[in-house]
Amino acid sequence: MTDDRALVFARIREALQTPRPLHGHYDGLPGPAPAENGKGYAAWLPRVEDTPSGRLLAFRERSELLKTELVVATRAGLAGTVQALQQRHGWKSAAWHRTRLTETAAGAAGLPLLSTDQAYETAALERVDASFTGCDALVAQTGSVLLTTRSAGGRALSILPPHHVVFAEASQLIADLPAAMRLLRERYGNDLPSMICLETGPSRTGDIERILVLGAHGPKKLTVVLVE
Amino acid sequence: MPALASVFQRDSAAYRRRGETRAFIRRALRGYEQKRDENKARFQDWQAARDAAAAIKHEAIEHLDRCLPEFIEKIEARGVKVFVAANGVRAKDYIIGVIRRHGAKSIVKSKSMTGEEIHLAQALEGEGFEVVESDLGEFIVQLRHEAPFHIVFPAMHLKRDEISRLFEEKLGSAPTDSPEELTMIARRAIRQKYCEADIGISGVNFAVAETGAIAMCTNEGNGRLTTSLPRVHIALMGIEKLVPRMDDLALLLPMLATAGSGQHLTCYNTILSGPRQPGEPDGPEEFHLVIMDNARTTLLADAQQRDALQCIRCGACLNVCPVYKNVGGHAYGTTYPGPIGSVITPHLRGLQSWKHLSGASSLCGACTDACPVKIDLHHHLLHNRRNAVRQHKTWWELLLFQGFGWVAADARRFALAGWIGRLAQPLHALVAGTPLDPLKPWTRFRALPEPPPYAFRDWWKERRGAEGGAHD
Amino acid sequence: MAFCPQEDGNSPCARTWRTDSVSTVRVSLFIPCFVDQYFPQAGIGMVRVLERLGHRVEYPEAQTCCGQPAFNSGYWDEARGTAERMLDVFRDAEAVVSASGSCGAMLKVFNPELFAEHPRAEEARALAAKVWEFSDFLVSKLGVEDVGARYEGRATFHDGCHGLRELRIKDQPRRLLAHVRGLELVEMGEAETCCGFGGTFAVKFPHVSEAMGEVKCQSITETGADLLISNDSSCLMHLQGIFRHQGRPLRALHLAEVLAQT
Repeated sequence: MTDDRALVFARIREALQTPRPLHGHYDGLPGPAPAENGKGYAAWLPRVEDTPSGRLLAFRERSELLKTELVVATRAGLAGTVQALQQRHGWKSAAWHRTRLTETAAGAAGLPLLSTDQAYETAALERVDASFTGCDALVAQTGSVLLTTRSAGGRALSILPPHHVVFAEASQLIADLPAAMRLLRERYGNDLPSMICLETGPSRTGDIERILVLGAHGPKKLTVVLVE
Repeated sequence: MPALASVFQRDSAAYRRRGETRAFIRRALRGYEQKRDENKARFQDWQAARDAAAAIKHEAIEHLDRCLPEFIEKIEARGVKVFVAANGVRAKDYIIGVIRRHGAKSIVKSKSMTGEEIHLAQALEGEGFEVVESDLGEFIVQLRHEAPFHIVFPAMHLKRDEISRLFEEKLGSAPTDSPEELTMIARRAIRQKYCEADIGISGVNFAVAETGAIAMCTNEGNGRLTTSLPRVHIALMGIEKLVPRMDDLALLLPMLATAGSGQHLTCYNTILSGPRQPGEPDGPEEFHLVIMDNARTTLLADAQQRDALQCIRCGACLNVCPVYKNVGGHAYGTTYPGPIGSVITPHLRGLQSWKHLSGASSLCGACTDACPVKIDLHHHLLHNRRNAVRQHKTWWELLLFQGFGWVAADARRFALAGWIGRLAQPLHALVAGTPLDPLKPWTRFRALPEPPPYAFRDWWKERRGAEGGAHD
Repeated sequence: MAFCPQEDGNSPCARTWRTDSVSTVRVSLFIPCFVDQYFPQAGIGMVRVLERLGHRVEYPEAQTCCGQPAFNSGYWDEARGTAERMLDVFRDAEAVVSASGSCGAMLKVFNPELFAEHPRAEEARALAAKVWEFSDFLVSKLGVEDVGARYEGRATFHDGCHGLRELRIKDQPRRLLAHVRGLELVEMGEAETCCGFGGTFAVKFPHVSEAMGEVKCQSITETGADLLISNDSSCLMHLQGIFRHQGRPLRALHLAEVLAQT
């Protein structure tokens, strides 16, 4: 079926023959032009102190509000941390993909594991209790996990199981959304993973009486393990 | 009065009597306002952010002739099959064609107002396909065979007990008054559908020209599941969803969330740039993107109101509109309610048939203040009114305004008319409440003001005379 | 005749009503049609206050209506005919002070658009530049907050929408009322919510108009105030109309009437 792009493009060109200048309405003030590379936006977005401790503080604050479980671990103590989490949450099975950190986690958890590094059955993934993934970054300003198909083992791993556990290095904690966009550009250039996601807390809905409920369709729990 | 306008009057009159629902919605929206204000306050400069957001969308729309082809070229290069549809019929035909070609039976859908606009779900069900709305609010109104009440919160008008009864009836679940349990019931019902569905259909919040990627914002994760599990993904967007750069998302995503739902950021902001790539373990094999005009170019051609295409569908204008709060989303009788709907519907569906929506406003301007991309909403309602009158003047309004104009053209004539009116007012008591009452629209709900014994100009004249013309 | 310039925004000339003013302003009153005919006390109050402050007040009697009803209904050609009169009436005015936020907005914000492609466009802009809503004139232009008023009572203030959003009137009336001796001002929850009058909207969409007014009346009642004050008489007419229709009349005064009391 050939589409209508020629027609629609022609309509657009014709419609735009009369320009509309940018202007405010009653204040009559013109708006500022968008800043290059997004650096300008940071000046208006919520402030984050761009130091390791400042970023950690902001991420911790956001996580509390979002009900994300934030666990800080040492590299040496990571296995112990994972075992403690496993006990607390009572996982009986997990799914994962291989990163340096998730490998340690997977080893420590002592659970039957499903890997998405090779072909897997969706029905099997649907049955596991938790998923262990890496990420591209953690965003302090919003408490988000920036992940892609490449850093988090595909599309379904981080969204289908009811508990998503993210393993991140402390150096992956960046300040804000403009920094996240810069990171994507620097890391991937034009070779974008087919899915990128800013995951901000456990899944939620406000559709019933605008009351917040966690765990709508995506994971009901989100744990971020930050390894120093 | 034209038919649609009468329906609006009837529906808004009926809604007025639902005091409890209105109060309930007011409470919900007060909660939203509080959270919104908290998050606005976190911005270092919310007003500057609005200026920037307006500038970003202005750039995309004003240069749509360049941005849209650029976007299409880039996203096609990533393996996405793009279909540009002149209207809803063409969009639906294409989508149905894709579904048929794949021999698909079951479809899972995440939220798309553009889909609502063309009644996509109904069309697919009409073709015999099973369509499951995965967004909880949409799922609920789908079970009720109802249109969404609000563009972001479709089931906002329903109380938990109504939802429980609905689930008991349609899903066989046990009664409950817990929103959490109700959510779990829906989650269980829909979860299997994700895993079994052949096709996932999604909406689009932003289309990034620079990279050729689409962004989708959901809280529930249904958007992620819809676009991860089924082997075919079809996304539907209007031509106006363009933004120039990825960097622009850093501003627009939090503004959408703050203005729309009082959150700092929506839970899942997902950027999709193509179908499953080699080396990726999962994802749809085919990704189709339908880009639809459906009269948006009509609005684009109206340079004065073109900024209405900057809309990011956040719903903030609905949330603050006193008219919306007191007539409810359904009374508008069209896909997009609230101020934005009142502005754009005449362009999308016909000015003369839909001008009444632009008339049903006191022009308070709360919407314009709330809009994160600074659309001049309430002034556009005036523009629509003017445009409607240019096309067609009603004889009695013309008579009224020309008559009033004649009276007002001479101060003494005006003073005389006012004096007669005040004098005659007590006579009104004779016809008050009867079918002969010319002031019935007022007196039905309100007492008339007491006529004063003299007008200001009388007082002034007398005072000036008494003071011998000292204050001239 | 000089008047205190406002260019340096941050330091308005502060004067109280007791000092003899050195410079006075020639104020041309803009008394909207319905205020003239139905709510003269609002205009009278303005005269009393301005004269008390030592300014010369004039009232061009040739004024009738600003044309807003026709304008809001989309009948711009017809509105222009009426609105043109205002360009003539106030041509030589120094400062045009309006008793109403909505009609003030008509002259200040909408006239430039109404006359955009018209030969008198420049005059419309010139007039717009010298129009003030009453409370804004006192506080922002004259730098006065205490006008020596006294009024015993518990009151709440309703922000007329045109004044609030077209003219940015929010603090000004409150600062004036804060200095009224004996007056207790309580804020209602829905202070900034539209009352539902909206001009012809009130009779074209009476159900919606009343529903909006009802919400407002409830909010007013919750404050326990025995007086409703606003800078727009049309809003007061609508709200008071609802209260009286419900059999519970509420005293309603224009801001100028309150400030005029001593």
